Order: sequence, then structure tokens, then C-alpha cells
Amino acid sequence: MKKGRLDLWPHLLLIPASIVSIYPVLWVLKMALSPGQTFDSNPSPIPRALTLENFRAFTTTHDSSGHWLFAHELWNSLFVAGATTVIGLLLASTAAWAFSRFRFPGRETGLAAFLLTQIFPGVVVLIPLYQMLERAHLLNSLLGLTLVYSTTSVPFCTWMLKGYFDTLPKEMEESAVIDGASRWRIFWTIALPLSRPMLAVTALFSFMTAWNEFVLAATLMNNETSYTLPVALQRYVGEHSTDWGTFAAGAVLTSAPVMALFYALQKHLVGGLTSGSVKG
Amino acid sequence: MALAVLAAAPAPARAAEPRREVVLWHSYRDAEEKALDAAIAEYNTQQTEIHLEPQALPNEILASKISTAIPNGNGPDLFIFAHERVGGWAKAGVIAPVDETADAALLKDLLPETISPLRFEGRLYGYPLAFKSLALFYDRELVAAPPKTTDELVAIARENLRAGRVGLVYEDGDFYHHAPWYFGFGGTLFHEDGRLDFDSPGAIASLAFVRDLRAENLVPEEITGALVAQLFNEKKAAMVIDGPWFTGGIAKDVDFGVAPLPIVSATGKPARPFLTDEAVLVSAKAKNLADAFVAARFLAGTRSATIRAVQGRQAVANARAWDDPKVGGDPVLAAFRAQLSATVPMDNRPEMRDIWEPTQIALRQTLRLHTTPEDAGRAAMRRHYALTRPAPPPADPLVYEIVGVGGLLVAAGIFLRAARAVVREGKLAAALAAWAWAAPAAVATGFLIFAPFAYSLLLSLRDFRDGTSTFVGLANFWEILAARAYGPMEPLSFYYALMVTVLWTAVNVALHLAIGLSLALLLNRPLLKIKAVYRVLLIIPWAVPNYITALLWKGLFHKQFGAINGLLSLAGVHGVAWFSSFWTAFFANVCTNTWLGFPFMMVICLGALQAVPKDLYEAAAVDGAGPWSRFRHVTVPMIRPALVPALLLGTVWTFNQFNIVYLVSGGEPDNSTDILISEAYRWAFARKEQYGYASAYAALIFVLLLGWSWFSTRLAKSAEARA
Repeated sequence: MKKGRLDLWPHLLLIPASIVSIYPVLWVLKMALSPGQTFDSNPSPIPRALTLENFRAFTTTHDSSGHWLFAHELWNSLFVAGATTVIGLLLASTAAWAFSRFRFPGRETGLAAFLLTQIFPGVVVLIPLYQMLERAHLLNSLLGLTLVYSTTSVPFCTWMLKGYFDTLPKEMEESAVIDGASRWRIFWTIALPLSRPMLAVTALFSFMTAWNEFVLAATLMNNETSYTLPVALQRYVGEHSTDWGTFAAGAVLTSAPVMALFYALQKHLVGGLTSGSVKG
Repeated sequence: MALAVLAAAPAPARAAEPRREVVLWHSYRDAEEKALDAAIAEYNTQQTEIHLEPQALPNEILASKISTAIPNGNGPDLFIFAHERVGGWAKAGVIAPVDETADAALLKDLLPETISPLRFEGRLYGYPLAFKSLALFYDRELVAAPPKTTDELVAIARENLRAGRVGLVYEDGDFYHHAPWYFGFGGTLFHEDGRLDFDSPGAIASLAFVRDLRAENLVPEEITGALVAQLFNEKKAAMVIDGPWFTGGIAKDVDFGVAPLPIVSATGKPARPFLTDEAVLVSAKAKNLADAFVAARFLAGTRSATIRAVQGRQAVANARAWDDPKVGGDPVLAAFRAQLSATVPMDNRPEMRDIWEPTQIALRQTLRLHTTPEDAGRAAMRRHYALTRPAPPPADPLVYEIVGVGGLLVAAGIFLRAARAVVREGKLAAALAAWAWAAPAAVATGFLIFAPFAYSLLLSLRDFRDGTSTFVGLANFWEILAARAYGPMEPLSFYYALMVTVLWTAVNVALHLAIGLSLALLLNRPLLKIKAVYRVLLIIPWAVPNYITALLWKGLFHKQFGAINGLLSLAGVHGVAWFSSFWTAFFANVCTNTWLGFPFMMVICLGALQAVPKDLYEAAAVDGAGPWSRFRHVTVPMIRPALVPALLLGTVWTFNQFNIVYLVSGGEPDNSTDILISEAYRWAFARKEQYGYASAYAALIFVLLLGWSWFSTRLAKSAEARA
């Protein structure tokens, strides 16, 4: 590669790829901003008429007892996703630290077991999960949903964080040990601050697991005021009529926060996921 | 005002005794929901004992919630549902009969056609609220008088076709909408032994009738509910067959009429749609049965019926409500009332739940015009037989218990030996300290991931039927692996689904890797401008929730409204029916999954590429290596350690990618694009809740993936050793 010459031909591939990547999203945006509730075979992603009616419809639904459903749904989603992130991070980071720094009997088995969870066929476990939560009186409760979500993301997050912890230099810890610092202190004041970028990525995954999930939330939550946003969306894609416009508006509102997080964290995302395996 | 004051006066006395709450689940929406709420609000102010509390649930999940919540003791006291589940729920003890507490005057007010469907094995379960059936909607500007016979219907449709419009549009791929023709041509549903009767002359004639409508283009292709509404509202369709729920969605400027369905000219009998009897049913586990009965009687009573008919425009089951001129004089309601005498109550036997999938197959095959009606009918019967296969004989759990206990003892022995070794070596304290760090995560995953999975393994040894289960040992596994009902090369057999799953996984992972790696290589070029912009744009699909992606792409691939066909029509290709053949439906699934999955691989590759030291390339260039050789001998070995785990995970995730397959193609055509996990889901939730069979599928998926992971890690390790 000669210096100074512009690298132009990659754009010939990257521009079409980017168009394919954002076209469907623009299409949802178009549906959300267009009046009417039907699909439109016109492939142009620019709406012909603009309206905020669909957003109004999605955000102002009330149930029969006068509850403002959108506020409930938003709160439920925020609570569940936020709590999942905190609990998930706590569980995953402590376990990852142990797997990374300590050599103890059962370590390999534990790591393998965490990987094993990734091959469990999820939807079929719904029935046992439902019965267990029911017995624990955690059905139709945000706490129950949070617990289920935070464990779903723990195995993957543990592996990612372990990979990252493995790359941290051990010199600082060793000098801290000499200074008499406890294990917890080393973890809390040295390891975690150093891992901030990776913790952010892990937090993003935990948040996304909870925020985007649909099947479990629809099964485990019982009434409209305890639904999360994804379950609320289901209301608009019914058996006999489909309000695509309102659905699209809801889809835009639901996806926007995660997109914003991705945008904010994308730098850390690249590299963060692979840190453990390329340490060389 | 005065009334309000009067009503408020005795309140303090009442407060001492709080009202007893009766919870009612329903899935009404819009006007029907408002009317129900209005009736209930009035009821709650008129008496002081009961507080009736309505809760609206989405229609799609109401039935499954009732089936799971009530037996577990956390369901509602009352719920409103169509009568056809009465048989199954009565058998399973979910609902309570009402005949002992029924009030004779009320029963006399209710239309007899709406009471009989609620009877099961001689008992009356619930009270009818409203009846729904299909009828003929027509555009008065396009149809002078509604057709009296099918010959007239065909003539009107032809006229409109010649004028460039659509003659008739209804959801013809669905048996509910086909039923009027089916019964009008003299078809019957079941043989006496409970087998589906789908090859009788009447059944075949009805299939031939719709095949001819399609072949002559009198009905459009691939009709969905949304298409029906759109064509009718744009005044492009002369006639529609639909139910009362269709009325609310008709545009204001369409001058429409509703009439009973025509007489089938070939037989002289009326076309008879299914009757759906919406009833208030009483939970057998209601907190207070007496209160539930009282509230149920109110809901079916004249006052509630009148409010529901006037405000919610429901065709109500209470005959006295029709005396109100606002109800009796409503032309739309009158048409549905006229249709009531020519309806077939939806069979309330549990067997009924298994007919939809088979009949849909017959209809869709017929409408694709590739199959004769006779073959399509036989395909339906065969599918029905496969779904309702006889229960395997009960097995003796003793052998399994011995094996299970033995296994647990061996595991405990191994654990104890390892623990003793730890103690002997004096490492116990260190081990416990380390485990304390991992314990929260281990306990949580143990309880919420491993325990449910172990439980589902136990379920796989049982057979579930009508709410009860019996221990059958490994029978479910033999049944699946023997592929008796369908040969190994046919959809619905385990081996076929496995082949599709393997193909699905291989194609997706290959595309994810190829696209992800190519884009990463481009984005990693040092001289490339606006890298950050591309990276943001290319990462977007990852951030969109999976099921939104799925529904969105299903829309993009829609035959009439999809943007993909819109784009293709610019190139001169018109109306591709994506979901009517295996390869196009599979292609649609793959497109969706590739779109949502390539950013993950791209990010992994980019991260790995950025970690490759630049001097390696320079050294290779000095040695005279070309771009390909640098890629092959520097890039690939350097990024492999990062790619192998990502590929392994990607494979496992794709193998179990339920959302996309279930929501995009939905298995169409004829379940041929279903993968193992979506098959398992269907057995658990769509086909009579055969949890045991579904769990056996899940266990097989687990074993397959376990084997594959073991094999591929071995392979990767040996490749690394060689490198």
C-alpha cells in the first residue's frame, strides 16, 4: 500500500452494504411516520406524507381502568433491563474474576458448564420455568422476570469478562498483595476500573437481553400493566387486523435506546469481544 | 347529580364489608372492550357485594395462559372465550359447569343455537354472550344485489375481474374461512372413529371449487387479513367473506352491505360457516364460585347484552336484547342474525384443535394449483393422523428409577472422591474461598437454567394428553427416531427437520463469516475514509430486537405489499410468492437471519484484525508475499483463535434460532422450512400441548449440539496443533 493514495474502491462495496443494512430500518421509520396502518409496496424509504399519529397512538393507550399503559410498559422495561444489568454484571464479574485469577478444583467443570448453557434449547424450557416461578410466587412479577433474564446473560458475560481479565497485567495485583490488600480490594479497586470498557460491553449485552426479549415476558407476565414494551407491541399484530403503523412506531421507540447504546459503545465493542482470545 | 348523591349516601355502611372481587379475563378490543367495560361499570355501581374486574389480554396468548394459569391456581375467576375449547377445558377440570346454578328465565332468553355448543358430556359450561360467524360483505357501488347462489357469486366476480377489480377476497388458505364451502358442498369433519374425513366427495368438491376460483383469478393469491381489508377499503374488491370484526376496519367512504352467504349451486344447500359462540366461562378454581356464577349470569343477561350490542355492535346471544330497536334495526347485526340459522357450531371436542394445521395444508396445496384436490385431501388426513397418533403404552418407571438413582450415586461418588482429594491436599480453604466468588453466578444458573432443563428431561419421559400425563419411558424418543408417520425425507419427520436445520445452520454461518470478514477487512484498511460512519451503519441490524426484525422482514417479503417485490417489479419481475415454495421461503429466512447476524461476526473479525501486529504484514511484504498470500499466511492464522469460539457460538445460536424461522416463514410451505427447535415449539404449544414429545425433541437437540461442540473443539484443537 502506497501512502498518500486514496483508498476508493472499498466504498463500492461498503456503500451498498450500508444501504442493505439500514434500508429495513428506514422502512420501519417510514411506516411509523406515514398515516394509515398498511404495508406499502413502494420501495422508496421516504414517506409520502408525514404524521406523528402512530407515535401518539402507541404512547397514549390506556386500559379499561384508566392506567396509562405506555408509562407502565416503559417503566417495566426500564426496571427489568436496569436490574438485569446490575445483577448480571455483579454475578458475571465476580465469577469471571474467580475463573480468571484463581486455580481451584472444579474450575474447568464450572467453565464448561457455563458454556453448556448456550446449547440448551430455550423455548422448550418455558414450561418447567413457568411452574418453578409459580411455586416461588414469582410469576407476574418484575423480580421474577429480572432473575430469569439476569441468569440468561450470565454465562456468556462471564466468558467474555474472563477473557478480558486474563489480558490484564498481573504486576499491579502482585504489588497490591505485597501491600496487604484483600482479594476483594484488588478486584474492586484495581481490576474493575481497568476493565471499564469491557464492563460497558457486558452491561450492554445484559441490558439488551432483557430489553429485547419477548417470549418469556409474554408467558410469565399476566396483565397489561406488567407487560414490557416488546409484549405490548404484540397487541398491534393481531389475528384479524394488523396495525402496522402503530406497530412500527412502537418498534422505533423500543429499538431506539438500544441503538443509542450501541452507538455510544461501539468503540469498546470492537476488540472487547475478542480481547481474551487474541492475547497471543 | 341527585342519583350520584343517593348512591354515595350509604357508602360508609358499605365500607365495613369490602366487595368481593371477581376477576374476568377477556381479549376484546376497541368498541367491544369499551362496551363490556361500560356494562361492568354499571353492574359495579348497581350492587354492593361483588366488584367485577375486567382484564384484557392479547388474543394470541389468552388460551395458553388460561391452560397454564388456572390449574396452577393463579388464573381469573371468569373468562370470555370461544366455545370450542370448552371440551378440552372441561375434561382437564379447568372450567366449572353452570347448570346447577343456572337460572331458567335467563336460559330461555338465550338463543338455543348459542346454548347447545356450550354443552359437553351432558353438562352446560358457561353462558353465551355473543355469536360470530362469517357472512358476505359487498361494496354497494360494485355489487347491485348480493348473490343468492354461488353461480351468481361467480358471475359477479367475473364481471368485476373484467373491470380490472378483484371479484372476491377472503382468507382462503385457512380452513375457518373455507368452512362455508366445505359444509355447503356436504363435507363432514370426522369419521366415527375420530379420524379426519377430508376425502369425502363433498370435501373434494369444495376444494375443487376454490381451486377453480383461484385458477380463474377470481380470488387473488396469498391472501392475508391485511390484504382483504386493504382491497376492500380501496374499493378494489367487490366481495369479502369475513366476520363481524371486519366491520370496524372498513373505511368511512365505502358503502357496504352485509348478507348471509349464498346457496351452493351444486348441492342446493346453503354455505354454512362455523359458529363461534363467545361465552363467559367459570374457572373451576375461582376464589368464590358462587360469586363467579352470579357475575357470569349478569354478563349474559339482557342489560349487559343490550349495552354490548348497542355500544360494541356485538351480535349478542340474548334474544331479549334484540327487541331494542337499536339492535334489531341494525342491518349489519341483522345479517349476522340471519346467518345464524345456517351455521355449523365449531365442534367443541378436543380433537377439533388438531384439524387446523392439516386442513391448512390441504387448502394451501390446492390453491398453489400444483396438487389435485384428492391428493391435497389425503395429505390433510395423513397429517391429522400423525398429530393425533395414539398414546404410547404406559411404562414401568422402576427401571428408570434404578438407572436414575444409580446415576446420581455415581455422580455423588465422583464428587466425594474429588472433595476428599482436595481436603487431603489441604486445599479446602482455598477452594471454598474461590468458589465463594463464583457461587452467586453458579447458584443462579443452577436454579434458573440447569434445573428447568433437567426438569424438561424428566418431562420427556411422559406422555401428555388432555391435561394429564403418564409415564411412558423412552417411547417419545422411539416415536421420533422411528419416523413412522412420515418418512425420513418428508417434512415433520425428525430426520427431515434435522437436514433442514443443518443446511440452515451451515448456510447462515457461512454467510455471516463471509460477509462479516469481508466487511471487517475493508473497514480495517488504514487509508479508508469515513470508517466510523460505515461502522455505525453496519452495526445497526444487531441493535434491532430479534422479533421486530423477523416481523419486519416478513413484511418486506410480502407478496403484495412487500418492498422486495416492489423492488423486483422495477426490474420487471412481478409478484413472487416467497412463502409458497421451499427454496424461496428458505431464502427469505436466510436473508433475515444473515441481515441480523453479520454485524456480530464483523465486530469479532474487526477486533481480531486490529490486534494483528502491523510489522507482520511488513515483514511478509518484504519477503515478497502478495495480498492473497499475506491474507492466507498472516491474517488467517492470527485471527483464528478469536474466530473459532465465535463460530462455535454462532453455530449453536443459529441451530436454535427459533424467532426467525417461526415468525418469518412460519414453516411454510407445509412445515418444510421448520427447523428442529420450531418443530419442538409446535409440539409443545401449537399441537395439543404435547410437552413430553416436545421435551424429547429438546433433549435430542441438546445431544446433537453436545456432540457437535465436542467434535468441533477437538477439530479446532488438532488444527491448532498442526499449525
